[in-house]
Amino acid sequence: MQYKHDAQGYWKATLALLTKILIIWFLVSFGAGILFADVLNNIKLGGYPLGFWFAQQGSMYIFIALIFYYAKKMGEIDREFDVHED
Amino acid sequence: MDLQTTIYLVVGLSFSLYIGIAIWARAGSTSEFYAAGGSVPPVMNGMATAADWMSAASFISMAGLISNMGYGGGLFLMGWTGGYVLLAMLLAPYLRKFGKFTVPQFIGDRFYSKTASTVAVLCLLVASLTYIIGQMTGVGVAFSRFLGVSSEVGIYVGMGIVFMYAVFGGMKGITYTQVAQYIVLICAYIIPAVFISISLTGNPLPQLGLGSSLTGTDISLLSKLDSVVTDLGFGKYTTTTAGSTLNMFVYTLSLMIGTAGLPHVIMRFFTVPTVAAARSSAGWALVFIALLYTTAPSVAAMAKLNLHGTVNSAVGIQSSAEGLKVNAEAVKANADPYAEDASLSYEARPDWMKRWEKTGLLKFEDKNGDGRIQYYNDKTKNEVAKGKAEAAGWKGNELTVNADIIVLANPEIALLPNWVIALVAAGGLAAALSTAAGLLMAISSAISHDLVKGIFKPDISEKGELMTGKIAMAVSIVVAGWLGLNPPGFAAGTVALAFGIAASSLFPAIMMGIFSKKMNKEGAIAGMLSGLTVTLFYVFAHKGIFFVKGTEYLDLIGGANSFFTITPEAFGAVGALVNFIVAFAVDKVTKEPPEHIQHMVEAVRVPRGSKAVDGAH
Repeated sequence: MQYKHDAQGYWKATLALLTKILIIWFLVSFGAGILFADVLNNIKLGGYPLGFWFAQQGSMYIFIALIFYYAKKMGEIDREFDVHED
Repeated sequence: MDLQTTIYLVVGLSFSLYIGIAIWARAGSTSEFYAAGGSVPPVMNGMATAADWMSAASFISMAGLISNMGYGGGLFLMGWTGGYVLLAMLLAPYLRKFGKFTVPQFIGDRFYSKTASTVAVLCLLVASLTYIIGQMTGVGVAFSRFLGVSSEVGIYVGMGIVFMYAVFGGMKGITYTQVAQYIVLICAYIIPAVFISISLTGNPLPQLGLGSSLTGTDISLLSKLDSVVTDLGFGKYTTTTAGSTLNMFVYTLSLMIGTAGLPHVIMRFFTVPTVAAARSSAGWALVFIALLYTTAPSVAAMAKLNLHGTVNSAVGIQSSAEGLKVNAEAVKANADPYAEDASLSYEARPDWMKRWEKTGLLKFEDKNGDGRIQYYNDKTKNEVAKGKAEAAGWKGNELTVNADIIVLANPEIALLPNWVIALVAAGGLAAALSTAAGLLMAISSAISHDLVKGIFKPDISEKGELMTGKIAMAVSIVVAGWLGLNPPGFAAGTVALAFGIAASSLFPAIMMGIFSKKMNKEGAIAGMLSGLTVTLFYVFAHKGIFFVKGTEYLDLIGGANSFFTITPEAFGAVGALVNFIVAFAVDKVTKEPPEHIQHMVEAVRVPRGSKAVDGAH
């Protein structure tokens, strides 16, 4: 496998990943949990109105998933650009 | 065994457990004090971080506030967990690579200026001290119930114990003690929630119970709660926002970036073994935090239903030998809460009310002289509810329940066994003490290490440094305790102010230090100072100068929440925005940072070459 020795490329890849995750982070909390909560409340998840669920349950589960996804993807990017710790 | 004895026993046992572990773990590892994270598996490290992070505000106060606020209370849940995503991605790995112990050290080095580091110490002190005021409020509540005294006396006792705990404890640094505290704390939180979830819905998982139907009916718990509270003139539980939607948005954002900017949280990630570990340990910490945080909304809603059920028989929750039970027929019947005999007679009130009356945090005042407890919203804008209350001869709300007692009283309200009530008391004390001690450590290291040794008196002896740290701790406890007697709000609200202060001052500076190579010292210093000033100006206008009652200056800013309806607790995000704008503006007109600093930023961005942390300046 060919390593890319490219600090700028590494930083660009990092920022692209961060942007992607921050968009989801924003959508589940500020989007579904606050801005669109009223609309989503028309949908029921069991006894939960959906907007309420996002604000008090769902966003937190997704946050956890996002951090582990980030840690995994960053590990891949580190190796791709050969900047990982040994 | 009576309740009080059981509480002493369980609290005593939990404390001997922490001390025992501290002594056992200490023997081999004194030299690794700071690098404790290095030899501890990431999962355990996550638990310890969670114990450190979850304070009296999370454990004692938060669910009570959600209970009061309903849907809007979700801002605490999203804010205090969503911040970890920012922390994991934007700060933790880079600060770990940088390889220093404290936030002022990072800011001082990155912005090549002792002034910058001094300003960072100032921001850290204001934020941490405000945080401790909130902790002291919570400690006061816990001790007042635990010892059966008023909440003032509770705070004095708490001040003494926190002081001993922080000053004599290297305990705080020992990860395994915190693991034990986490386990006590999480069991204390979840066990009563499981009991209550089973009795109300039959579902043992509180997270699912909250979305289930009440036992024996097909009416969902939340819709029943909605109808009970709206009948009594309160806002609908599942839709009431915290002020305006804009306020809720900004409030959530403040808590998120404050989480990522609070020094005692960030410090945990300085000492993990590698950059990769810094990324994932934030994830593990959040897993353990979320165990409590996803349970909290169930505790909040169920406690509210149980409380209304206790004082008003129309709700359809009745007491039995095994605790509160759902009366399916009554739930379905939707009886009139304004009926004459629906309200609970004061004489027949349960024992837990009598116990909490002693603390002064639960009060009954028989306004219409009928000997019954009418608990409703007498300031309602709901004309139907208002009319019914007037017709029933109700002369105003007669029961005040301090939001900070809901979690501690929750198992008592549900009439759970004594050992569960005792466990919750032990959990509340563990949460309050561990975080208060952690904050005091952050304050004392900022003053003795970063300020006195780093700037004013570099030749101070190690003994002198230690002494300065202890004096700083003692002074902060006294100040925080004194302000805690007249707190600026509920424990969680006060803590939210601390997050706003951290959000407006430290977070932007750290973030720009990593993500903007060209940011110079002039920009960072101007940014921090203006963010902090603007936020404090708005907060003090509402809460008094340095939170001293009677020094509010609301007229000067045109009334309460005058800035686009934003409350002072939510203002940190605005302060952060000011910080960023001022920093970039000043940066534009002053000269670039020196070459070697720009290289340093480049080096911080890649994981390779991370080395063990040393505390040296």
